[in-house]
Amino acid sequence: MNFLSPENFIKKQVVAVQEYSILSGTAIAGIFTRPIYWADIFTQMDSIGVGSMPIVVLTGLFTGCVLALQSATALKQFGAVSKTSSLVALSMVKELGPVLTGLMVSGRNASGMASEIGSMKVTEQIDAMRALGTDPIRKLVTPRIIATIFMLFFLTIIADAAGIAGGALVAVNMLGLNASSYLHSSYSSLVHGDIVQGLTKPLFSGFIIATVGCFFGMRTTGGTQGVGRATTQAVVVSSVFIIVVDFIVTRAMIGIFGS
Amino acid sequence: MPEDLPSPATASSTATIGPPVVQFEDVSIAFEGKPVLQEISFSVQRGQTLVLLGPAGCGKSVLLKLANGLLKPDSGTIRVFGEEIDKLRRRELYALRARIGMVFQESALFDSLTVEENVAYRLHEERVPEAEAHTRVVEALKFVELEAAIDKFPSELSGGMRRRVSIARAIVSHPDLILYDSPTGGLDPITSTTIIELVMKQRDVWHTTSLVVTHRLQDAFILAANRFDPATNSMKPLPKDGPDHGIDEGMKFLLLNEGKVVFHGTTEELVRSGDPWVKRYLE
Repeated sequence: MNFLSPENFIKKQVVAVQEYSILSGTAIAGIFTRPIYWADIFTQMDSIGVGSMPIVVLTGLFTGCVLALQSATALKQFGAVSKTSSLVALSMVKELGPVLTGLMVSGRNASGMASEIGSMKVTEQIDAMRALGTDPIRKLVTPRIIATIFMLFFLTIIADAAGIAGGALVAVNMLGLNASSYLHSSYSSLVHGDIVQGLTKPLFSGFIIATVGCFFGMRTTGGTQGVGRATTQAVVVSSVFIIVVDFIVTRAMIGIFGS
Repeated sequence: MPEDLPSPATASSTATIGPPVVQFEDVSIAFEGKPVLQEISFSVQRGQTLVLLGPAGCGKSVLLKLANGLLKPDSGTIRVFGEEIDKLRRRELYALRARIGMVFQESALFDSLTVEENVAYRLHEERVPEAEAHTRVVEALKFVELEAAIDKFPSELSGGMRRRVSIARAIVSHPDLILYDSPTGGLDPITSTTIIELVMKQRDVWHTTSLVVTHRLQDAFILAANRFDPATNSMKPLPKDGPDHGIDEGMKFLLLNEGKVVFHGTTEELVRSGDPWVKRYLE
């Protein structure tokens, strides 16, 4: 195994950031200029959005269930079990819905993008595409960015709803709370800023998932082993980025909305 | 053989004097500090076939990718159809590539598309109407004698069939220049001869300027010593008592070794070369 000198390691990282920026910039430019590959956008929307629905619903539902159980246990000590609904709704909408949906979609789709594009790269299909006069960034990356951002927004709404429904299931069936008052309390505890905060995050997460997945796919080298490596790196890097950017967006939103 | 194909001619009769189609001037490229090609200079005239020979890893495929703008040289100038390709903008480069067909080493077919969709890929990109695209795909597949495989996926084809589909994809838009990257690599001798016959057919029927990368000497000499006969739909040896004395003098050879040009000239000059490395390579 070859070890890089610190200088070469830093150079390599700087080059990677530069390449990522160029790829992202070129892909964004592709959104506003022709040709736009609508068929590829809809195919990706189906694959990313509809395909991720079961895992997003299940993740949201059981996160809501667990959150209700845990928070009820803690709130019981203060005689505030009825506040379970507010806690579940706020946690799901502001934080857990967007982040968990981002992480689940990242695990499923950033890996898929890296392996699909990586396989195309090592079998010279990307070069063939360029040789046939097609810009692979425009054809492969831009549709994935548009589809991921668009679908992650709606998947987050579904995850939020599933989480609140999961919390309600536990609250009604296990904690003996009234369903109507639980849902009313959930609804009334949410304010405009919470919704905006919760639905801004998937826009960033979607961009991260698509660009990181495509970036690692596009720079794949070394045959099938390289494809496996690219897939792993895509999931790890996009997951970390999602959590870091979540923190930054949360701080910015608190600055804007004050809560 | 389709009856509407132009009459055949040897490459020598079609290679014209004028601005070269491909011109390399002192081109060098290195990967991770290791030089792959060093100060390569040559040119290819319209209608000419240049065969790139050399041992594995000497930079033949890299040279072909440079000619198509898939790689950028570290230094030197590459002109294709008179355009300096490393100075072209992204869009201009893609427009230029519309005039170039390329056959990749491992075929590089899109594995999620059928044979028809693969061959029609460029036509779909150019928004050619579906009916016309289908006609042209069938015509290209007939040229490579593979029209029966039109609905198959690449995974259902043999290596030789995939290579033929790749040739059909490269010629479907009637390009002015074709780049063949080891079209016979990894194929058995019989299939290799079939592929070389197709390269020859394209050369002699459509007179397309070509760069053919190969590490098989016999492929190069088959191309130099034969011409395609549409009447019999097969290749025929050039007559020894003809003007070319049995060798197509229009065909040029470029021999590379360790990233440098060791020979550039005609078949005759190649076989008579006194260079010890060339002699050893030919043996």
